[in-house]
Amino acid sequence: MSAHRLPAPWGTRLDRAARVPFSFDGRDFEGFAGDTLASALLANGVRLTGRSFKYHRPRGVFAAGVEETSTLVDVGEGAYRSPNENAATLELVPGLTASSVNRWPSLRFDFGAINARLAAVLPAGFYYKTFKWPDWHWYEPSIRRMAGLGRVANASDPDRYEEIAVEVDVLVVGAGLAGLCAARAAAEAGARVRVLAAGPQPGGALAYRDPQRARELAASAERAGARIATRTLAFGVYDHGLVCAREKLVEQDGAQRPRLRERLWKIRARAVIAATGAFERPMVFPDNDRPGVMLAGAVEEYARAFGVACGRRVVVAANCDSAYDTARSLREAGMEVVAVVDRRREAERGRDPGPGTRVIAGAGLSAVFGRNGVSGCSVRQDAAPTGRAERLDCDLIASAGGFAPAVHLHSHAGGRLRWLDAEAMFVPDGPAGVVVSVGACAGVFDATAAAEHAELAGRALARGERLPPWPAPGIGRSLAHTALSGARGKQFVDLQNDVDLGDVALAARENYRSVEHLKRYTTTGMGTDQGKTSNVNALVALGEFSGREPAAVGTTTFRPPFVPVTLGTFVGRRTGALYRPLKRLPAEAWHVERGALFEQFGNWWRPAAYPQPGEDLHAAAQREAAAVRRGAGLMDGSPLGKLDVFGPDAAAFLDLMYVGTVSTLKAGQARYGVVLNEHGVVMDDGIVARLADNRFWVNTTSAGVERTAAAFEEWLQCEYPQLRLCITPVTSHYGNVTVAGPRAWAWLASIGFDAALAPKAMRHMTLREATWEGTPLKVMRASFCGELSYEINLPVDRTRALLDRLWARAAEFEAVPYGIEALEILRTEKGYLHVGTDTDGTTLPGDIGMARGVERKAANFVGRRSLLRPAALDPNRFVLVALDSADGRTLLPVGAQIAPEPPPTRTQGHVTSSYFSPTLGRPVALAMLERGGSRVGERIKVHHLGRVIEAVVTRAPFVDPEGRRIDGEE
Amino acid sequence: MLRIRCIHCGPRDENEFVCGGTSHLTRPPLGASDGEWAEYLFFRDNPKGLHLERWRHAQGCGAWFNLARHTVTHEILAVYPITERPPAIVERTPPSAEGSR
Repeated sequence: MSAHRLPAPWGTRLDRAARVPFSFDGRDFEGFAGDTLASALLANGVRLTGRSFKYHRPRGVFAAGVEETSTLVDVGEGAYRSPNENAATLELVPGLTASSVNRWPSLRFDFGAINARLAAVLPAGFYYKTFKWPDWHWYEPSIRRMAGLGRVANASDPDRYEEIAVEVDVLVVGAGLAGLCAARAAAEAGARVRVLAAGPQPGGALAYRDPQRARELAASAERAGARIATRTLAFGVYDHGLVCAREKLVEQDGAQRPRLRERLWKIRARAVIAATGAFERPMVFPDNDRPGVMLAGAVEEYARAFGVACGRRVVVAANCDSAYDTARSLREAGMEVVAVVDRRREAERGRDPGPGTRVIAGAGLSAVFGRNGVSGCSVRQDAAPTGRAERLDCDLIASAGGFAPAVHLHSHAGGRLRWLDAEAMFVPDGPAGVVVSVGACAGVFDATAAAEHAELAGRALARGERLPPWPAPGIGRSLAHTALSGARGKQFVDLQNDVDLGDVALAARENYRSVEHLKRYTTTGMGTDQGKTSNVNALVALGEFSGREPAAVGTTTFRPPFVPVTLGTFVGRRTGALYRPLKRLPAEAWHVERGALFEQFGNWWRPAAYPQPGEDLHAAAQREAAAVRRGAGLMDGSPLGKLDVFGPDAAAFLDLMYVGTVSTLKAGQARYGVVLNEHGVVMDDGIVARLADNRFWVNTTSAGVERTAAAFEEWLQCEYPQLRLCITPVTSHYGNVTVAGPRAWAWLASIGFDAALAPKAMRHMTLREATWEGTPLKVMRASFCGELSYEINLPVDRTRALLDRLWARAAEFEAVPYGIEALEILRTEKGYLHVGTDTDGTTLPGDIGMARGVERKAANFVGRRSLLRPAALDPNRFVLVALDSADGRTLLPVGAQIAPEPPPTRTQGHVTSSYFSPTLGRPVALAMLERGGSRVGERIKVHHLGRVIEAVVTRAPFVDPEGRRIDGEE
Repeated sequence: MLRIRCIHCGPRDENEFVCGGTSHLTRPPLGASDGEWAEYLFFRDNPKGLHLERWRHAQGCGAWFNLARHTVTHEILAVYPITERPPAIVERTPPSAEGSR
């Protein structure tokens, strides 16, 4: 194997005293601290590191940074596994366990490699053309198995993530020469400066080319006050100066324990300096994807930073001036540089690749030998497509096709690009909003010019002064076209997506002229690398095949994220119990002690029922409902929505908000009301009680209180600002204990409730303010179950005391606690609707029996005009009805459709609520039914999963239709 | 994520706010025709350029206010109380010619 370690001082990042064991595809290896997985694999002579996406071709390490196309690995085990990690940026840590992707059964013997033989029938767009007959879904499962790269963990990620927001004056993205110069100047000018370095140390390329200077520069920037964050990669620029960055805190080292893994930085900056460098552009030639073909700059970086010589005999395939510097660098590292093959006819004079290196100008590579690793190449003149090729022996091909500035952040900020013909690159066309590019990402490659420009820009942004003029870009000349005319074979443009020149040519032939369409048709520029190395070559090729200049073809839009970011980073701590925190009852412990079975209802964590030993939820709810009808029950109604509406115009305002009239209530009276939105649709319902002339106690549904309060506020602030009132949500301020049943009052009286609250003294639908043992109460007589019912609102911290006192006397009144399930049974027996269960986004008040309420009210109210629309007056609307199953035994399934014929057919409605009634000993149901009001007595058919259940339309309430039970036992 | 200057609380991140859509709409009276009512209820301009809209600082002071935003650049030209007409600077900025339904 030809790749090997170089002695110090090669390997500026390495700590050779610290040996780091790791494994790759089940084999154990050793690297040094400071290695990346890619550098350690290279140092260990591992050439074959992955299989390509489509053709399963053998691939090796190609690059030394975020632009790596080929060496993607799955890292970690089990729930900790992280797919498609980039080996070239993955820091080597002891115990790291990585496996290659997209191969089966193994990397060397890959079954999917048969695709490479089928390449002729797998051109761009072959999915669209081939798998449409008779139906894509026939092929989908097997294609999905073949496609894709890494495997995601199939368990929830145990690691933790977090988020931090900061504000700075000047944010510098990139800590290379230009970035550090800009940061130092900005900090010296008094700005709060933060610098983000993607890797473990600042310095960028300077860190391995001139480590001493890099250290000094970073230290001087810090002395000036700039803060440098390492392992923090800015992946997106968003609106109003927001930059998001990901900080890596630990790599997956195989430790099976949860750790804080990544941190999302949300940085709001007054100005952003992009100093993100440039990507080297690869040359396009046949089999330019073989392991052993690498970016020339990467070969240099592996030598200098990681002390790895990627080969012994190198051929440099080039079309630019910088290749000659690279050639000299590689020779310094002890590699034999056989030749610089320059695609340009006249390789620039004065450029010296170093002694012993041939320059073959006007030529390109026409073949690469070696399948799982380069063993040589053939070179021929571009002018002589039929001419004889010369064979060169080599084990490494360094590809140097010029540079593409990393203009991603500039593009995220909406910046435009300018094509430079001589350099063959897109550069930022001036600043983009708050983003100013400096250094290589601005197309300024000359170190002195870049440093000077960066300093001036940093100072100007810190002081809010005019920006300095853009220096002339300078990397020397490069040629847009990298490919050799007439070359045959797979010449890859996009290694990660297996897009070759033939695919681009096909797209051009089929008239895909827009580069955006080219991207989607051929998939070039997609995947984890997002075309960092393929973008320019693809658009140059498209231009060539469609007879246009690169500038006319343009480039695809770069969008965040710049690199793949784990979902965990975005989610942060908003996961599990914190995803949408539940609202908890003030006396939750009391219910736990009673054996409550908790469930989530409208984001509240509340008792569904209190099962006794041997009972399931259904049995418990049946028992509880029966107990409420027979004796008494108590329910924790604390989630009930509570609004305090106060002010001289409170009554006038509530008249506008509710279908019912509120202003005619006398103090102490309460009334049921329905809230509509402006479309006339039922949004919420509840009870409004008047406490005083200018104060109302408004109960909304438990789930709807935020929505309703927000709607009230919007109407008040935006549409009726002249009305004088305040709306205060007080739901969490008051506990609510609802005591219901024929013996409810006796039970309350037994713990000392004031006789003024007795049913004889206090009528149904009234509210009294009272005190109990020094506790102020708002006691509402309202009933959602049809029994005598007291809703006792009290300061939230007294809830438990009331529950305890009641419970101490419960046995005497055969009283039970009851949960939501029992309440649903009780209210369905009474035919009371539940907004959101029996109603949906189409339900108008007329559909739920409120037509007369609307007609009787003279004044306007929210939604009223919409109730006059033709659709609202349609006689065929669905209206709420009660249903009995025809056999008196079968429970009608909720959601089941009603229609004369089995589906597929037009529905006439559906079952909305359905329970077995313990009171009647048979099932009862509510439904929305077309023309339901005029169909009482009619037999209808309910369809459920192929079953037909006959039912009869009837009238609610099912229980106590005369309402005799409302005052209790007396 | 926009940075929005609440009229009471000053600059805050967008995720503290909710957007209530186009501002300065006039609700037709109860006697309006179905056509007028439908126009008000269902149709909104979708301009490429200046848009006057209302926002609420829902996770803050709770106030509704008006905001003039450029729908392409997200530049916020003005923030002003809910009951007020747009300030002069906004009135002078013509909506883009490309503005359309």
